[in-house]
Amino acid sequence: MLKSIQQLGSTTINRVNEVGQAGVFILKTLIRIPRPIRSFPLLMQELYSVGVLSLPIIIVSALFIGMVVSLQGYNVLSKFSASEELGQLVALSVVRELGPVVSALLFAGRAGSALTAEIGLMKTTEQLASMEMMGVDPLWKIISPRFWAGIISMPLLSMIFCAVAIFGGYMVGVHWLGVDNGAFWNNMQNSVDFRLDIVNGVIKSVVFGCLVTWIAVFQGFATVPTAEGIGLATTRSVVYASLAVLGFDFVLTALMMGGW
Amino acid sequence: MDTDNLIEIKNLTFSRDGRKIFDNVDLSIKKGKITAIMGPSGTGKTTLLQLIGGALKPEHGELHLNGYNVPKLSRKKLYEMRKRIGMLFQSSALFTNLSVYENVAFPLREHTKLSESLIYDLVLMKLEAVGLRGARNLMPSQLSGGMARRVALARAIALDPELMLYDEPFTGQDPISMGVLVKLIKKLNDALGMTSIIVSHDVPETASIADYIYVVSGGKIVGSGSPDVLQQDDNPYVKQFIHGLPDGVVPFHYPAQSYQDDILR
Repeated sequence: MLKSIQQLGSTTINRVNEVGQAGVFILKTLIRIPRPIRSFPLLMQELYSVGVLSLPIIIVSALFIGMVVSLQGYNVLSKFSASEELGQLVALSVVRELGPVVSALLFAGRAGSALTAEIGLMKTTEQLASMEMMGVDPLWKIISPRFWAGIISMPLLSMIFCAVAIFGGYMVGVHWLGVDNGAFWNNMQNSVDFRLDIVNGVIKSVVFGCLVTWIAVFQGFATVPTAEGIGLATTRSVVYASLAVLGFDFVLTALMMGGW
Repeated sequence: MDTDNLIEIKNLTFSRDGRKIFDNVDLSIKKGKITAIMGPSGTGKTTLLQLIGGALKPEHGELHLNGYNVPKLSRKKLYEMRKRIGMLFQSSALFTNLSVYENVAFPLREHTKLSESLIYDLVLMKLEAVGLRGARNLMPSQLSGGMARRVALARAIALDPELMLYDEPFTGQDPISMGVLVKLIKKLNDALGMTSIIVSHDVPETASIADYIYVVSGGKIVGSGSPDVLQQDDNPYVKQFIHGLPDGVVPFHYPAQSYQDDILR
């Protein structure tokens, strides 16, 4: 009994310690004099590997999710003879929730895991240590461009996700199930509010981008330098990032809907 | 501080996970010479290089490098100091996403504002020194272990450092690569007027080029001197290590209960 309480205590202390370390790590990365001319090519390179290369999975998933939401929604709405409201249902569920959350989960699986594995391998093969011994700070050279690339890409990917999902919903609703084209778009325009829905969705995706990339780069940097260590760090990166996204989604939604 | 010494270490103590890696160690490295730190695996030889490079901080003791009090340096000063140090890692540690040329150009691009044509000339000079000018467009994955180490050496000397640290440079090398590396380390040290520290457990190769050797064991320096002096050393540990004897103060058998008891359990 005493032993298990002791274990619980030590695990809790370790976890809190880890969060503290992650906080110090990201502060050290962010608090430095910006060098825009030297950083720009690095940032562009990372935007490509983190953002552009995530596009296929985001677009394909968004298309299917939009189609499924439309199909399910039509099924329910038609029972109440309200199938014209399908545009509203698809748009609101995608813009408010599915867009930011699903794209962040996909981003954690695609880009987050790649970032962790890449940085972890750099640590294991002493590339980070050699950089430090050359007098080049890896936090500036390796971590910072990846972190900013994550924050910039996430909202853009989320917006693309929303647009493609709505298109998928439109294809199924209007072209397959026969919902009136005008009613579909008109209901959507009337119900989606720019500030309450779209801006809040973008805010969510910025927060998720920050969380996912932060967790990914920290897990990579804190990897135990062995093959097993990289595997563990990558798994942890995806699991922690997914849980953080879902947890923060609830908190953010509660805060955003508080005034409604 | 003696002006002949580039590095002076006094009463250095360092522990890891409750185990003392170094216990009140005194050591000095002479300018322009090749000094070897030798000892079996796990005695903290690499840790010593990390302490010299400021990657680790000692529990107590002093470590002066050319006027810098390394453990007390601010992050900024430490990075300044490191520009004057080259280090060859055991794993070569080449940047896998950059070509051989870009790997060698990396420190020049980071720390100097030289024009592209000057960087080109310098990189080619460094690669020529290690015999790999023709391999400049290859990626690290296309290099053999020996070639990778030579590229890493070219990168380490890119900024003409005052001090070169070699971490197990001969481990895992075939005899030809080993011979090339031995020759290169000696040639670069003499031609560029550097001071070199080699951490190694390859006795004949290291002894053939070292001016002075420290033998480390159990957190202490158990022997030191020129290679010839150490060959004659009477310390049983130094004798066993330098002559590669399978049994002695470091026993062949891992501690266990008696063989008879174990068999007739």
